[in-house]
Amino acid sequence: MILGLSIGPEYYLALSALLFTIGAGGLLIRRNPLVMFMCIELMLNAANLAFISFGKEMEDLGGQLSVLFVLVVAAAEVVIGLAIVVAVMRRRPKASIDEVSVLRG
Amino acid sequence: MEAVTFFIAAIVSLAGACGVVFLRNPVHAALSLVATLFGVAIHFINLEAYFLAAVQVIVYAGAIVILFLFVIMLLGVDRAESIKTDPIIGQRQIAVLAVGGILVLGALIGVAFSGDVTGVPPESAQKSTYEGGTAINSDHVHADDEIRPDENIKNIGRALFSTRYVFALEITALLLTIGVVGAVVLTRRPKGELEPLPDDDPPAIYQDDTTNLNVEVTEEEHSDTTEDLKLNELEIEAPDETEVSSE
Repeated sequence: MILGLSIGPEYYLALSALLFTIGAGGLLIRRNPLVMFMCIELMLNAANLAFISFGKEMEDLGGQLSVLFVLVVAAAEVVIGLAIVVAVMRRRPKASIDEVSVLRG
Repeated sequence: MEAVTFFIAAIVSLAGACGVVFLRNPVHAALSLVATLFGVAIHFINLEAYFLAAVQVIVYAGAIVILFLFVIMLLGVDRAESIKTDPIIGQRQIAVLAVGGILVLGALIGVAFSGDVTGVPPESAQKSTYEGGTAINSDHVHADDEIRPDENIKNIGRALFSTRYVFALEITALLLTIGVVGAVVLTRRPKGELEPLPDDDPPAIYQDDTTNLNVEVTEEEHSDTTEDLKLNELEIEAPDETEVSSE
């Protein structure tokens, strides 16, 4: 039954949608800035999965290259985001993400 | 077999994603993020993106999650949940680790038996190639239209440096440079004392910090994050009241 099942792109897209939804929900639910960053990573991974499954379906290498670039952007984003979190937390320990609103212009 | 691999990896990645959202301790959330990333890497292998699967494990699990954990340790944000409320100390952590480990191991075994990673065909198909030297160099791998891992890497390299993508690659280098410089600038410790935040007058902020310290002690007795949130809200409002009364 399961063994004979052929896994088409629709399975990967459904999984990608689920991952993205969980990530987006977590981004809304959690108040810890670090966990929120992790949820953003989840969403980026879901997008990567969709990229690659489409790329395989179209037999085009562009999907994999896009994922490579997304990886680099994710790394840079995490580095900058965590630097900001460290800078905020150093000034106000136990800050929740709501308190970053002091940055308002 | 691809279906089995898919479902195992899907379960691992979905469970990890749920763990990221629902686990209270940020360290546990980071660890379950690793599970998700491994699951997605297995999906990449299933989809014949071998190079990206390796990059996913190396860059995400090896660098980004370590960065998360490093910041968590540095800031001491992992105090959200006290261990005392556990019925047995360490029980939850061990349970999570065991379940996650078994699932990932199962997925890895599934992938290994399907023969996609090593380039060696599974045992049933391997028998015919015994006489013709090693299985990797045999024609069997070329016979079906699957992309071999080294070809995948070669193709990605050629495409990256082709005229179509090389500009994006160079922009990527620029982005990484900006990221490094930005991180150094942002986390640089200022020379003197920290300047007060421009919003309020300075004494209020220092008061705020001291009351925070006092509340922390009482907070550690509560384990609920919801209570923590409420306390946090109280903390924000409480110094204002004292300020008004003192004035």
